[in-house]
Amino acid sequence: MTETLNVFAVRTLTQKEYFAPGHRSCQGCGEALAVRLVLKALGRNVIIANATGCMEIVSSPLPFTSWRVPWIHVAFENTAAVASGIEAALKVLMRKGRIPKKKIVTLAMAGDGGTADIGIQALSGALERGHDFIYVCTDNEAYMNTGIQRSSSTPFGASTTTSPAGRMKMGQITWKKNMAAIAAAHNIPYVATACPSYPIDLVQKVRKAAEIPGPAYIHILSVCPTGWRSAPELSIKLGRLAVETGIFPLYEVEYGRYHLSIDFPKLKPVKEYIKLQGRFRHLTDEMIEEIQDRTQREYEILRERMKRGF
Amino acid sequence: MPLKSLQSSFLKGTFYLSGNEASAEGAIAAGCRFYAGYPITPSSELMERMAFRLREVGGVFIQMEDEIASICAVIGASWAGAKAMTATSGPGFSLMQEAIGYAAFTETPCVIVDVQRAGPCTGQATRVGSGDMMQVKWGSHGDYQIIAFSPWSSQEMYDFTIKAFNLSEKYRVPAFVMADEAVGHLRETVRIPEKIEIWNRKKQKGIPPFGTEEADGVPPMPSFGEGERLLVTGSTHDALGYRKTDDPEVHSKLVQRINLKILNHRKEIVETEEYFLEDAEVAILSYGFTARSSLYAVKGLRKEGRRVGMMRLKTIWPFPDEKVSELGKKVRKILVPEMNLGQVAGEVKKYVTCEVISFNQTNGEIIRPEKIKEELRKIL
Repeated sequence: MTETLNVFAVRTLTQKEYFAPGHRSCQGCGEALAVRLVLKALGRNVIIANATGCMEIVSSPLPFTSWRVPWIHVAFENTAAVASGIEAALKVLMRKGRIPKKKIVTLAMAGDGGTADIGIQALSGALERGHDFIYVCTDNEAYMNTGIQRSSSTPFGASTTTSPAGRMKMGQITWKKNMAAIAAAHNIPYVATACPSYPIDLVQKVRKAAEIPGPAYIHILSVCPTGWRSAPELSIKLGRLAVETGIFPLYEVEYGRYHLSIDFPKLKPVKEYIKLQGRFRHLTDEMIEEIQDRTQREYEILRERMKRGF
Repeated sequence: MPLKSLQSSFLKGTFYLSGNEASAEGAIAAGCRFYAGYPITPSSELMERMAFRLREVGGVFIQMEDEIASICAVIGASWAGAKAMTATSGPGFSLMQEAIGYAAFTETPCVIVDVQRAGPCTGQATRVGSGDMMQVKWGSHGDYQIIAFSPWSSQEMYDFTIKAFNLSEKYRVPAFVMADEAVGHLRETVRIPEKIEIWNRKKQKGIPPFGTEEADGVPPMPSFGEGERLLVTGSTHDALGYRKTDDPEVHSKLVQRINLKILNHRKEIVETEEYFLEDAEVAILSYGFTARSSLYAVKGLRKEGRRVGMMRLKTIWPFPDEKVSELGKKVRKILVPEMNLGQVAGEVKKYVTCEVISFNQTNGEIIRPEKIKEELRKIL
C-alpha cells in the first residue's frame, strides 16, 4: 500500500495559508501550529468539523475567522458524528451526480477532552462504521479553554485545577489514556501520532491519512505554555523533548502494522522534559523515577511491536 | 490558598466569596461529600473549589468524562448513601436532562447547580443569561416535579445550596440552584452563621422505598448495603421497586405521587420576598441577578414618589402561583424583566388577570436599572 502513495518533499508544501494568521491563541501555542500544518498538508478541498475547545474559540471570534476552508462547529461531544454525516452526504451526492466527483477530505478536529473524554463515544462509532475521514486530536493534555482542568489525557503527576498538587495529593493520579492505541484497536487503516516540532513528519502523516480510504486517526501532541506553565519560546523544544525522552513516541499503525517514525537507540531522561514545566514542579525524584520507568517500559513494548510487525 | 490549613468541616464567620465558591461552601456545610462534574464555563470555579475542599473534609471528588456521566455518578452516589451534587451550565445541563428525569422518577435526592449562560447551544460561554428557567422544569419527558431556587447574591448561593440539599433529602427529589453567570462570578460578603439546619434522609427498615399509603407521601430511602432488598429502576415500578410496566394503575399512582408530593407541599417549599407592595399600583416581578437591577429601579422611582413595588421569586419551581395571583389582584400591571424571551412572564400570565408586560434582553449583558426604570415609566 505504501508504495502507491505520493512521496512528499518539503517543496511540495503549499505556501498558502488555510489557517489564517491573526487568531487569538496564546504565545507559543503548539495547537495553532499543528492546525496550520495539517491544513497546509490537505490543501483547499477540505471540510472541517471542529469540536468545542481552544481552537474553536481562538480561531473564530466575531467578526473574524481564521478558517479559509468550510468549517462547522457543533457542540463538544459529537465532532466525529458530524464528520460522519458530512462524509456520508458527500458520498451519496457524488454518487447521484448532484455534485462533481472529486476528492474532498472530511476532517474532524477536537482537543483531548473532546476526543478522549466526552467525544469518545462518537469517535468510536465513526471509526467502527468506517467513514472515509481524518480525525485529528490536538492533545494539549488538559481542558485549557475553561481554565486548565484535568482530562483523561493529562499525564501522571501534572498539576491542574481539578487535580491540584498540594500536601494531600501530587497532581494527576492516573496515567494518560492511550488514545492512539484505542483508535488502533478499532482496526482502522491508519493511526499515527505526530508533533508540530517534527513538521515534515506531521505533514507526511496527514497526507497519508488523506490518501488512505477509510477512517484515519492522528494524535498530535500540542504544547500549551499556558497550561503547562512553560516558557512560550520553549514550545518547539518541549515537543521535541517529549519525543526524544519517549514520553510521546512518534509512530504509525498502518493496516495494523506498527512503525516507529523516529527510533532513538537511547532515550533522553524524562527529567529533561519535566523540569521545564511548572505543572510538574512539585514532583519528587521518586515520582520522576516512576514516570521514567513507565516511559521506558512503554517504549520497549512499542519497539517490540514494531519488530513483530503488529 | 489559605484553605489548606483548614481543619473544620465548614467555615464560620464572614468571607469574601464568589457565588460559585459560596455554593461549594454551602454544599460542604450541608453535608455534601460527593461531587462528580465536568468543567464548563461559568461554573468551573465551583468544581475547582470542591476539588480542594472535599479532599480536606474526606469526601470524594471525581472529574467525569462528560455531563451525562457526572449526573449519573451523582445518582449512583446518592443511592450508595451520600449527599451528592454536580454543577454545570447550559450545554451540560441539556445533556443531563435524561438522568434528571430518572432521578425524579426514582425519587433520588441530588443537587444540581446550573450557572446559566447565554444560550441556546454553545451561545455566549462567558456571558450571562437565564434561559434555562423552563428547561429545568420541563427538560425531561413525562410529568414530574422538581424544586428550583433562583439566587441573587453570593449569600444566597450559600443559603440556597443548603436549602436545596435539605429539600432534596426531605422530598426525595432533584433540587436545583438556578444561578446565572453574574451571580456565579459576583464576589461579595458572605456571612456564615454559627449554626445551620440540616435535614438528613429518612430511613426506616422494612418499609417499601417507592410507595406510601398517602397519595402525596415521601417514602423512606434505604441505601445499598443496608440489608434492604433494593431494586431501583427508571421503568414503572411498584412500592417495592419491582418493574410493572404494563400495569396502568401502578403507573398512574406513581406518576401522581411524584407530582403531588411536591405540589401539595408548595406552601412549605415556596419563598418570595416583597418590597414596597403595600400601596403599589405597578409591580415588578423579578428573580435572579435581574432582581438587583429591579430593586434599584424601584427604589429610584419611589424617591420620585411613584407607587411601584417589587416581588422577588426565590423559589421558581414549584411556581409560587398563590402569591403571584394575590399580587395580580393588588396591582394594575406587572412588569417581568428577564434575561430570556419571557419564560417566567408566560408562567405569570397563567395565574393573574391583570396586564403582564414582559421585558426581555438576551444580549449576554445584565439588564441595567436605568432600562427597567425607563420601562416602568412607560407603563406607570
